[in-house]
Amino acid sequence: MSRKRNPKIPPFLSPIQSGMPQVLGKPHFFFLAPALLILAGVTLYPLFYVLWLSLHRRLIIFNISKFVGLENYGFLLRDERFWNALYNTVYFTGASVFLELTLGLGAAVLLNRAFKGKGIMRSIILIPWVIPTVVSARMWEWMYNPDYGILNYLFEANINWLGSPFWALNAAVFMDVWKTTPFVALLLMAGLQTIPVDLYQAARVDGASNWYIFKRITLPLLKPMILIVLIFRTLDAFRVFDAIYVLTGGGPANTTETLSIYAYKTLFQTLQFGYGSAIAVTVFFSVAIITIFYVKLLRRERE
Amino acid sequence: MAEIKFQGIEKRFKDVVVVKDLNLTIEDREFFTFVGPSGCGKSTILSIVAGLEEVSSGTIYFDGVPINGLSPGERDVAMVFQSYALYPHMSVYENISFPLRVKKLPKERIDAEVNRVAAILDLEPLLKRKPKELSGGQRQRVALGRALIRKPRVFLMDEPLSNLDARLRIEMRAELKQLHRELQITTVYVTHDQEEAMVLSDRIAILYQGKIQQCGHPMEVYAKPANLFVAGFIGSPPINIIDGSLLKDIAILDPVLKRFEKTDIIVGIRPSDVVVSAQGDETVLEGEVLLLEPTGSDMWVDGLWKEIKIKGRVLAGEKITPGTRAFFKIPFEKLHIFDKSTGNRLGN
Repeated sequence: MSRKRNPKIPPFLSPIQSGMPQVLGKPHFFFLAPALLILAGVTLYPLFYVLWLSLHRRLIIFNISKFVGLENYGFLLRDERFWNALYNTVYFTGASVFLELTLGLGAAVLLNRAFKGKGIMRSIILIPWVIPTVVSARMWEWMYNPDYGILNYLFEANINWLGSPFWALNAAVFMDVWKTTPFVALLLMAGLQTIPVDLYQAARVDGASNWYIFKRITLPLLKPMILIVLIFRTLDAFRVFDAIYVLTGGGPANTTETLSIYAYKTLFQTLQFGYGSAIAVTVFFSVAIITIFYVKLLRRERE
Repeated sequence: MAEIKFQGIEKRFKDVVVVKDLNLTIEDREFFTFVGPSGCGKSTILSIVAGLEEVSSGTIYFDGVPINGLSPGERDVAMVFQSYALYPHMSVYENISFPLRVKKLPKERIDAEVNRVAAILDLEPLLKRKPKELSGGQRQRVALGRALIRKPRVFLMDEPLSNLDARLRIEMRAELKQLHRELQITTVYVTHDQEEAMVLSDRIAILYQGKIQQCGHPMEVYAKPANLFVAGFIGSPPINIIDGSLLKDIAILDPVLKRFEKTDIIVGIRPSDVVVSAQGDETVLEGEVLLLEPTGSDMWVDGLWKEIKIKGRVLAGEKITPGTRAFFKIPFEKLHIFDKSTGNRLGN
């Protein structure tokens, strides 16, 4: 390494530069180091620790802790409760993201038009999104209540929304759609506003119908934003915990138990640290694969 | 092809009147330009013709048929936007063919039409590119191509050249004029550039604060501006404006000024009509030379006379330098006389 002082580096940094290998000596690395250290401490260390844990059988109440290799993962493949949780998670994710995107897109297009009271409407629509999840879950729990809930009253029905296997998961989906559609609409509205008005005008002058304009101009130009929404929503939905945990606790008969809830129960209710970690690691890798898939799509879109 | 007639058109945005009482007929096949400073309502008029804005009152006719209720698509007009409004996710081919694809024409027909237009505009090698891979001038041509591909009744152009650099603008200006001569389609053009308006148009209308100040052949407007605003707006460099009272002592101007003794007047004289020389007598304005502006073909002189700036032209061979005195000769037959209180032209 050259001893010549780099004129771009302030003099007080040069002693640090001189004794270090080439890369570490670069001042930008020096500036990044505190942030990198903190990140490593709070994300990398726990991540590798959970990976390590998942290779053990560790039951602290029986004082058992031994290395078992991939045995936990082998058990996972044969665990019907795991497959059930995976099915619930995928169903919840697919249904809620699909509905949120469709409804959110519709709301965004409507709210993007000029009309009286547009500002107020934009604020009102955000209310479900600002209510804390636990609060709205409790609220919906009441509305779903078979005896006193407003839903049965309105529909003059007698449905045990949260008690029947068919309705419970859909009830959770519905609550999530109610809560998160505004967020999707907000993001898509931001995306719509980046599309110049000229383009719509040009298309109208050329005789295109509203539907044609939506299909051929709005949707393609909104695609990058739609992908971003999909990333956010898929990941959130795939890791869903609080909403469903408060609403049903995973019941009835595990029909609303998602992977996160199963991992939580295994880790902190039955205290099977090794197996619980294996479930958590599975969630981690699923989420990672989904993210890589979307980021690839997004990158292709930007090129 | 169509004749466009505006009858009592008014456009208000809430309380602001943008276009006032517009009555005008644009002839079939005419190249007609609305010119004026920003905010004068010229683009609004174009949007009204296109159907993108509704009128607050009044009627527009195409060939005598009222079209107020028709949607933009039904009016069969083509528009070129200032921003070009190219669809960024579509190739040049897809952009140009958009109006035909909307109509769901057969593919062979679309292919043929795109090739026809691409040949006119030299776009053939670029058909597969996206707008962001094009230069400003090429984008402009694509926008033009999208308008040309169907043969509309009317072309509407909203400052189509203002995003180009000076040289390209002059080139495209000539091409537009040539194109209009070949296609013979009524064209309504909007610009803030008076020179562009003059060069291109069969007739121009100078707009200010939503009202037409003057309408006519470009040379007619230049020769006889109807009021002070038009006089100041048309012509480059801009006309000299002198308060009439300052000219009382200039004997040679007497015969002209005598006729307007009873009213306060403002006098306008074009810089190209003011001849500046190093020698002179009391019949001309003697002033201090502030600045010389050689443009190649002309040498303009900024002078100061009685605290007001006067611009004139130096003939070749004259030796004039900043800081010296010079004589500004004002030919009285070239004076434009305006009423000081109304700003309107007096005499002829």
